[in-house]
Amino acid sequence: MVGRLIARLAAAHLKGRRRATLVSVASVATGVGFSIAMAALMEGSERDFVSRIIDTSPHIVMKDEYRTPPRQPVESLFGHGAVALEGMKPKEELRGIRNANGRIAELDAIPGLAVAPTLRGQVLLRYGGKDMAASLSGIDPVRERRVSNLEKDMVAGRVESLYGAANAIILGAGLADKLSARPGDVLSVSAPSGTLMKMTVVGLFRTGVVAIDDAQGYALLKKVQVLENRANVVNEIRMRLADVTRASAIAHRIEARFGYRTESWEEANEGILEVFVIRNLIMYAVVGAILVVAGFGIFNVVSTITYEKARDIAILKSLGFPARDVRRVFLLEGLALGALGSLLGWIFGFGLCQALGTIVIKTPFMAEAAQLPLYYAPKHYAIASAFALGSAALAGYLPARKAARLNPVDIIRGAA
Amino acid sequence: MTDGFVIEAREVRRTLAGAVPVPLVRGISFAARAGEFVAITGPSGSGKSSLLYLLGLLDRPDEGSVLIEGKDTGGLDDDALAEIRLERLGFVFQFHFLLPEFTVAENVMIPMRRLARLTERAMAARATEILTGLGLGAHLSKRPDQLSGGERQRVAVARALANDPAVLLADEPTGNLDSKNAHAVFEIFGKLAHEGGRTVIAVTHDLDFAAMCDRRVQLIDGRVAAPAAA
Repeated sequence: MVGRLIARLAAAHLKGRRRATLVSVASVATGVGFSIAMAALMEGSERDFVSRIIDTSPHIVMKDEYRTPPRQPVESLFGHGAVALEGMKPKEELRGIRNANGRIAELDAIPGLAVAPTLRGQVLLRYGGKDMAASLSGIDPVRERRVSNLEKDMVAGRVESLYGAANAIILGAGLADKLSARPGDVLSVSAPSGTLMKMTVVGLFRTGVVAIDDAQGYALLKKVQVLENRANVVNEIRMRLADVTRASAIAHRIEARFGYRTESWEEANEGILEVFVIRNLIMYAVVGAILVVAGFGIFNVVSTITYEKARDIAILKSLGFPARDVRRVFLLEGLALGALGSLLGWIFGFGLCQALGTIVIKTPFMAEAAQLPLYYAPKHYAIASAFALGSAALAGYLPARKAARLNPVDIIRGAA
Repeated sequence: MTDGFVIEAREVRRTLAGAVPVPLVRGISFAARAGEFVAITGPSGSGKSSLLYLLGLLDRPDEGSVLIEGKDTGGLDDDALAEIRLERLGFVFQFHFLLPEFTVAENVMIPMRRLARLTERAMAARATEILTGLGLGAHLSKRPDQLSGGERQRVAVARALANDPAVLLADEPTGNLDSKNAHAVFEIFGKLAHEGGRTVIAVTHDLDFAAMCDRRVQLIDGRVAAPAAA
């Protein structure tokens, strides 16, 4: 009953200042709306990027390198002593993952994990007088299908076509364009080892990631081992998981087991993912600032009402309303403005997302035109409203506290 | 109750703090019984209203104590004092202080709603009964700005009576009324005291109205000058 009375008093006060109330609600709605749209855009672009990484790259890569150099015998012997080694010369040894087949067999036993060996190396492609540096990966087409989307990304030919020619190569569409090469054309491929091989283009792929499409090629593992003069060598074991969220944990386990540096997709893209976190912090800081400014509007409205309604406050207190009731009236006014603004902001934000969703962008850095990536999530609405209501509560509380402290005698004397 | 007094002030003192402290009430003792209609009179600045605010628990004395129905209110916190005001005291001021957004009946129901002891229907019935008794039965759903000054002040009286208080405190209740309406208000106060058994204490500077009371307490410079029979 008291709650209803407080609600009626608050509603009556706000109705009395209709224009200022509408402006306050509109400012909160604008803040909430933009917050929702920005969050949808930010998370949409982040998810789009991550899904591209997950789609186009293996989830875990074991490389033929170590995170820390191997300990020298003297260091092991005097581990706790002051040992300084100078003038050491690195040992010349054939790079590659030792006993790759044995390790692959062991990895194959992990449930939900698909494994594919790769020998990746740099090559120079020559066709029609054009030279292009590229990264050439030697793959096993049967296993490759399980760890990458190469098959899905093929725009000409098939991955199995690698078996169809003596020395077959599949090129990224961008790379083929730069070389003006088409399926059926024969390229000269030279490796840093000095080996030169004539290879026939049997297919083209397009991932949508320019850095890959413009500089990547695939051939059979055996062919690349010959080209690189590294017989039976594998320098990467690429893995794909049924559950990508386990990538980091499994990568740690594998590295602990075999010693080779093993990176999850999160670690490989750590820098970019950190940028996303910072970007989100900046976005929420800006949105928070907008909603704090909207809170000033609410503060202004509620403050003005407490000033105008000082007599009402005095009479309510003289009638026996405790200070907390008076505080509730004005706090409710602030919260009502925040809640109404949030509600309208939800509608505005949704509309804004719909409008942004119709925008198609095409930049020189993009392989093809695309719509703005947007991600719709209830949490964006909840976060924006939490900011708005928090700001509104504070904006309402400060004048409410002042109103509750008003001495009715001072006001009644003043009125007389 | 102490000696049958419904409301009592014992040697209360109140000084307005500031660079130059202003003494408002300088040691007044006062008491009233049920059914008594008392006028507090005196020139401007004599401490009439200040004493009324102390009696009505709107202000706290610097020294002395105020007892309501025999209970010393000195040690009570603000919420407890508000509770006593809500249940046992009613106020009428020089200005009606009706809430303009509410109808006449709703204004009267405000204290009832805070007390929350009656159903909505019972509150509406009680508001109607009080207002009809004060000649305002035809104005229940009107807003305060649709009433005359005298009618508004009678609504304020009705609101003061909403929770059936033991004591009605009026601070210059006729200050903004013409003589006819002012007389009507004092007649109502007389009936509330003599027929309703309430204690009515009215601050007034008008000696004609004071003469309608059972007794008059004259204040000068914050002290009781002479308790005179009306």
